[in-house]
Amino acid sequence: MADERPLIDEELQPEPVIAPGYTFGTVTDQIASVVLTRRTPVFWMACFSAGFALLLLLLWSVALLFAKGVGIWGIKIPVGWGFAITNFVWWIGIGHAGTLISAILLLLNQQWRNSINRFAEAMTLFAVACAGMFPLLHMGRPWLFYWMFPYPNTMGVQPQFRSPLVWDVFAVSTYATVSFLFWFVGLMPDLATLRDRATNRWARGVYGMLAMGWRNSVRHWHHYETASLLLAGLATPLVLSVHTVVSFDFTIAIVPGWHSTFFPPYFVAGAIYSGFAMVLVLAIPLRAVYGLEGLITEKHLDNSAKVMLATGLIVGYSYMLETFTAWYSGNVYESAALWNRMTGPYAGAYWFLITCNVVAPQFLWFKRVRGKPILLFLASLVVLVGMWLERFVIIVTSLAQDYLPSSWRIFTPTRWDWATYLGTIGLFLFLFFLFIRLLPMISIFEVRTLLPQAKIEEEGQA
Amino acid sequence: MAQIFHRSTNTFSRITIYGAVFVLGFLTWAFATLDRSGYETRQSEPREQPVPFSHAHHVADCGIDCRYCHTSVETSNTANIPPTKTCMNCHSELYRTSPTLEPVRASYRTGESISWTRVHDLPDFVYFNHSIHVNKGVGCESCHGRVDKMPLMWQENSLQMEWCLDCHRHPEQHVRPREAVFTMGYQPKEDQETLGRRLVQEYKIQDVRALTSCSTCHR
Amino acid sequence: MSAPKKLDLPAVRALLEKAHGRDYWRSLEDLAETDAFQDLMHREFPRYASEWEDGEGRRNFIKLMGASLALAGLSACTRQPTEYINPYVRQPEELVPGRPLFFATAMPLGASSTGLLVESHEGRPTKIEGNPDHPSLGACDVYAQASVLGLYDPDRSQALAEEGEIRSWSAFLETIRQAVEAQKAKQGAGLRILTETVTSPTMADQIKGMLAAFPAARWHQWEPAMAHSAAAGARLALGQPVNTIYDLRGADVIVSLDADFLASGPGSLRYARQFASRRRVRDSQTGMNRLYVVEPMPTPTGTKADHRLPLRAADVEQFAWSLAAAVGADTGGRKGIPNAAFDKWIGAIARDLQRHRGASLVIAGEQQSPAVHALAHSMNALLGNVGKTVVYTESVEANPVDQVASIYDLVKDMDAGAVDLLLILGGNPVYDAPVELGFRDRLKKATLRVHLSLHEDETSELCHWHLPMTHYLETWSDCRAHDGTVTIMQPLIAPLYAGKSVHEVLTMLTEQPERPGYDIVKSYWSRQHTGADFEAWWRKVVHDGIMPDTALPAKTVALRQGWAASLPQPASRQGLEIIFRPDPAVFDGRFANNGWLQEFPRPITQITWDNAAFMSPATAHEKGVVTSDLVELEYRGYKMRAPVSIQPGHADGCVTVHLGYGRTRAGHVGTRIGFNAYGMRTSNALWQDFGLKATKVGSGYLLVSIQDYHALDTRRHIIEKAAIEEYRRNPNVIQESAEAPPRELTLYPGFPYDKYAWGMAIDLTACTGCGACVVACQAENNIAVVGKQEVHHGRHMHWLRVDSYYHGDIENPEIYNQPVPCMQCENAPCELVCPVQATNHSSEGLNDMIYNRCVGTRYCSNNCPYKVRRFNFFLYSDWNTPSLKLQRNPDVTVRSRGVMEKCTYCVQRINRAKIDAEKEDRKVRDGEIQTACQATCPAEAIIFGNINDPNSRVARMKAEKTNYGLLADLNTRPRTTYLAALRNPNPEIEA
Repeated sequence: MADERPLIDEELQPEPVIAPGYTFGTVTDQIASVVLTRRTPVFWMACFSAGFALLLLLLWSVALLFAKGVGIWGIKIPVGWGFAITNFVWWIGIGHAGTLISAILLLLNQQWRNSINRFAEAMTLFAVACAGMFPLLHMGRPWLFYWMFPYPNTMGVQPQFRSPLVWDVFAVSTYATVSFLFWFVGLMPDLATLRDRATNRWARGVYGMLAMGWRNSVRHWHHYETASLLLAGLATPLVLSVHTVVSFDFTIAIVPGWHSTFFPPYFVAGAIYSGFAMVLVLAIPLRAVYGLEGLITEKHLDNSAKVMLATGLIVGYSYMLETFTAWYSGNVYESAALWNRMTGPYAGAYWFLITCNVVAPQFLWFKRVRGKPILLFLASLVVLVGMWLERFVIIVTSLAQDYLPSSWRIFTPTRWDWATYLGTIGLFLFLFFLFIRLLPMISIFEVRTLLPQAKIEEEGQA
Repeated sequence: MAQIFHRSTNTFSRITIYGAVFVLGFLTWAFATLDRSGYETRQSEPREQPVPFSHAHHVADCGIDCRYCHTSVETSNTANIPPTKTCMNCHSELYRTSPTLEPVRASYRTGESISWTRVHDLPDFVYFNHSIHVNKGVGCESCHGRVDKMPLMWQENSLQMEWCLDCHRHPEQHVRPREAVFTMGYQPKEDQETLGRRLVQEYKIQDVRALTSCSTCHR
Repeated sequence: MSAPKKLDLPAVRALLEKAHGRDYWRSLEDLAETDAFQDLMHREFPRYASEWEDGEGRRNFIKLMGASLALAGLSACTRQPTEYINPYVRQPEELVPGRPLFFATAMPLGASSTGLLVESHEGRPTKIEGNPDHPSLGACDVYAQASVLGLYDPDRSQALAEEGEIRSWSAFLETIRQAVEAQKAKQGAGLRILTETVTSPTMADQIKGMLAAFPAARWHQWEPAMAHSAAAGARLALGQPVNTIYDLRGADVIVSLDADFLASGPGSLRYARQFASRRRVRDSQTGMNRLYVVEPMPTPTGTKADHRLPLRAADVEQFAWSLAAAVGADTGGRKGIPNAAFDKWIGAIARDLQRHRGASLVIAGEQQSPAVHALAHSMNALLGNVGKTVVYTESVEANPVDQVASIYDLVKDMDAGAVDLLLILGGNPVYDAPVELGFRDRLKKATLRVHLSLHEDETSELCHWHLPMTHYLETWSDCRAHDGTVTIMQPLIAPLYAGKSVHEVLTMLTEQPERPGYDIVKSYWSRQHTGADFEAWWRKVVHDGIMPDTALPAKTVALRQGWAASLPQPASRQGLEIIFRPDPAVFDGRFANNGWLQEFPRPITQITWDNAAFMSPATAHEKGVVTSDLVELEYRGYKMRAPVSIQPGHADGCVTVHLGYGRTRAGHVGTRIGFNAYGMRTSNALWQDFGLKATKVGSGYLLVSIQDYHALDTRRHIIEKAAIEEYRRNPNVIQESAEAPPRELTLYPGFPYDKYAWGMAIDLTACTGCGACVVACQAENNIAVVGKQEVHHGRHMHWLRVDSYYHGDIENPEIYNQPVPCMQCENAPCELVCPVQATNHSSEGLNDMIYNRCVGTRYCSNNCPYKVRRFNFFLYSDWNTPSLKLQRNPDVTVRSRGVMEKCTYCVQRINRAKIDAEKEDRKVRDGEIQTACQATCPAEAIIFGNINDPNSRVARMKAEKTNYGLLADLNTRPRTTYLAALRNPNPEIEA
């Protein structure tokens, strides 16, 4: 790589990714201290307890759900899927950014990723965890979830492999596994650092165990490089496959508004869109609170914003295409479905989501906006809301009014729909802030490679 | 800086990592086995009865035909547990004073039916029909085993779906001539494969697609 | 929500003008787009739909948790708990365990009865089927179908009570004996018996015998929903009460004067079949009768009309006068009040009638005035229909009296304190007697009051003694059909509770107080029987379910000359007209506690669990109300609050209210729902009268109808229709408008159906939308009742529904009924999306649904374009109530929570027939399998069978040119197809 790096430097790094003045020592200090020495800030306390409160709400509503049945939600015939699947798709989408950043950008040698990939990956894991709950919860008989897996059973019956839901099972579980491995492998050197810096025996013990005897030896680094490249190679197709498969849940069905061939790219774009939005929503407050502006610089925010803008445009294009095909197909049901979306009972939701996902991101064209963290933060929130609404509109409006008007009915969410949704947000915050507190949220050793000193050394070696 | 862990922990961690794989494998295996175990299916577990009725005695020693008691086996979905009256046909004469038969006499006097413990218990969502099986040349023995060797009745087979499907997918391996349906310890005179194929033709046993349609057993 | 904008009629009209071509619509709100509707439709997140039976106490919640966890554990490891088998001690001769037996009996209702064959599993009646030998021709109505649930109703009274204290029969016997002894002295002057309409010869004989013993005693009859004015009409025109029987097989032109003869009233089952037989259009036969209907409120009969005219009930009489005059009948030169609405029709209809002398028919509605009945008689006489399409016989009632007068006398006597002992045998007069009689209060003046009834109801409450009555399925008795044919009713099961039949109670007044019902009935008939060998005859009669040649002989009657002269001119016609009608589901209120009937979506209105004040769009507009507003109805000083339901096709200037609601002591299901219209019903205006005031007093009443919401896109292939003329001109007219992709248009190899291929065809021309199939399906397939709230949430469980669509002008739209069961698609969208193979294609083309495999992702329902799948969002099936367990069909799984369910063409019946056929080494014969809906259908609109057999009825129907598939353009290849709805309009009127 050494020989081609200068090229990349000129193209991608007119100014360094991280603020000047950092040394190996200071980087390590600043990041490790968050976990080891520094006092827990009030901000953390607040977010963590908020998350915990919502987590309890989740537990309660899930308990009630299992006790009484999915009827506590607003779902009905014909709207068999409501919030549950909406949330599922939303969370899975959010779960895309992490792997994208760590895997694809790694392969593309985008070094600026180094200071955000760690918590982005963590975010991915937790988002996928939240997403993974919903397919289970939305079942009428969740205690039989294992029938979804092929296993040697006494019934002589296997899952039905024509069903996209079965594909989901594999897609999501694979994605979760690979993301976890990737994240964990990436953690090991830093865990070792923490192990060495920790003063408390227990901390040392635990970090030590997790570090798996990492000793910074060249051999270790060699293995590490290979492993992470391999995993990156594995993860990259997954980034694209997961949401493609998720979109199959809809495209395979004949429901007007679902049954279309361009959902896969459309969904993937949307996923990355919301994923980066979530990255910013998390990164911006964190860098402020923990004074990491030097490590997560304007540059990072700027790049993420650009990615959002790009994917946002793709999503916008998809909306147009959707409308166009509905009209162009001349299919009664398709066009009726689209017309219903725009003018029908859910018109409000539809136009709101258009505003959020298509209009709002246009501001990102301006450097001034991209330069203002607070504006970026708000924009990202808006996008997250918009993307949730998009899934809601796709799922609910299409089902509420499909083929036979005699069975058309309006979906009305109950308090338990909301409780479950907010609950998973709680779970997410809970896990994420636990991570912030216990593990280095920025990859220490990878950031070090961004230091000018590192380059000099490398050049020295080369 | 002092080592936190002793060298040996390396080996230990290796073992745990590789071990995990085996553990998972083992769990799967254990689950599958437990699911098929006699505990689960109550297979070959002689069941207590209010009267220790011995099929061995009545079938083997007395040579009573199955249909003498299980009257509706050829006409109805249930084979029919005989009414007390059927017992009394003989036992009004035989063993009139035997204390073990007191429940039977009591039932006959009072009109309170004897409460037998159910031995072959399919789930309620399975609609098994004796008559069609018997008429298509499936022997009692094929499902119930050597009843003539059971002092107390027990369940010979697992009665699990895969077991049912085994025959529904390959009837030719199990059917026997109609006249042999009620015989115990039947041995095919010729090769079962060829005989089976012929009988499947002869008895117009439905094709496997029909036999394995869900609604054949579930409604 | 904001105050709803008034339904803007001009706007609606404009809307309709804009709608090009064949524009169907579902409901007025949808057309008018009122604020209320907009609000409903435009609420992204309406206020929380409160979840089902919310009041969860902590303990209850924990319990539920435990249960669900246990469930989880159980399913993970399926070791079953030990079960026990309790065989018979002495097994009945004819009984083969596991095979159902069918017994003939009949269900009496009013002055008629429905012949039944009741399916019995090891002594439990589980399902009602019609008896083909009976005059009801083997069809059933919703009441008969649901009556089996009535038998097992846990709210039935289970013990005698004296002033609420539980007593024994012997105790009652003692009391009654004393009372009777006391009467002996005064010839029974203080003894009164109040019954419902009696057709039972045995019961009549018992009462007559008793009256002989107590000459001074009186027998009164009252039943609120009888054809009270028919008798009066007959006396008026013919000088004597008669029973009028129609024969529609010979009728080419039929005029219905507010008569719902296809779906309610005596003989309707027979009439529906006869009517359909003259309407069924096949390639071979394109002849079709023609039906004119004038009525205030749309009825199933109205939906079949070729020309339907909404008229106020009073205007129906005027219409009759004009028509009679035009036909040339003797009206004493009298004509109806001129009325622009129908004057232009009169001529055409009259000519049409005259063209078909002897082959036409004028039918007067049961609830219409005596004059209308008289006019119908005279028109039929004049048109030479008598003896051809109309037959007169003696009344089927044992003692045809003017019931209004009868109950009036009773009340008078009670008021005078002349009643020492009052026996109320059946009925619920406190609830349903004419309001101004003040029955409730005057009843208290009777010294000793005894009430025999199924439930401890409003009347029992005010009587000293309440006696539990046996359900008709527990009773030895007899009854007459609409044509007089006698059926011996035999019990299907011993009385579940300590009940006794009317006969057994009546006999307590005699010297043989302990006689069992069987002896009473049998001995009566042994006295009647003339031929030899009574026993053999008796066995046959009981077995067949009909007594040969007991149908009443036709009698010749002469029209009274100048009868019309005696009639008074119509009284004041001020204000709105109020119209009382029996409820299509709970009838006069006696079925109020029957969950199946409460949840049964009423034909056309689709309303469940409620009655309403139905009015036309124009009237509603005038009153400034919309559907689900509350109005205060004021009539003769009586006030009543009722929810409004705007009914397209309803006549202007009148309000229809259904009787039978607002019960205060019906049971857990039926108490305190709807409003009690009896509270405004007086004896001199039992069915309709002017002088009603309606004022809006509120809004937002939860009036649940299972389908409203949105207009139907004109280009969707849902209902195919044509006028018979179009069809004659071009038989392919239907096929041309419907489109189905050609079968070879796929890369996949076809799925071979070598032996059987089950299919269904539904004739929309025949279907009256009566809904008997819906209840039949519910009874056969153990379908749960979910309650008003859940229906409101769109979670009703009916596997089979009857959609109704409107077409055209809102004042008087054409109405189409469409029964929608599972289509059993050959390319079933539901099948490929199920992750666990819980719904699969059978080798015979059924979409099998395996409840025990379902994990409840609901994906299949999402992907079903017909939305015929139903989901158990909660544990809907009642797993606890013992009596309800007895009712369940043992051949169908009782579904549990979280499981999808749907119609499978009654696969349990298919399998039974197949197994029987296999054993006899033959194929299943055509007609051997009848689905529950098919078996009960009065119009024979539903045909099921093997479409592989080209000679099967279903295959022949599917070969018809009018055959089309619902949404066939989706290439689902539905196995259920429809025959288009054809009409036979009169060109004169069309022009």
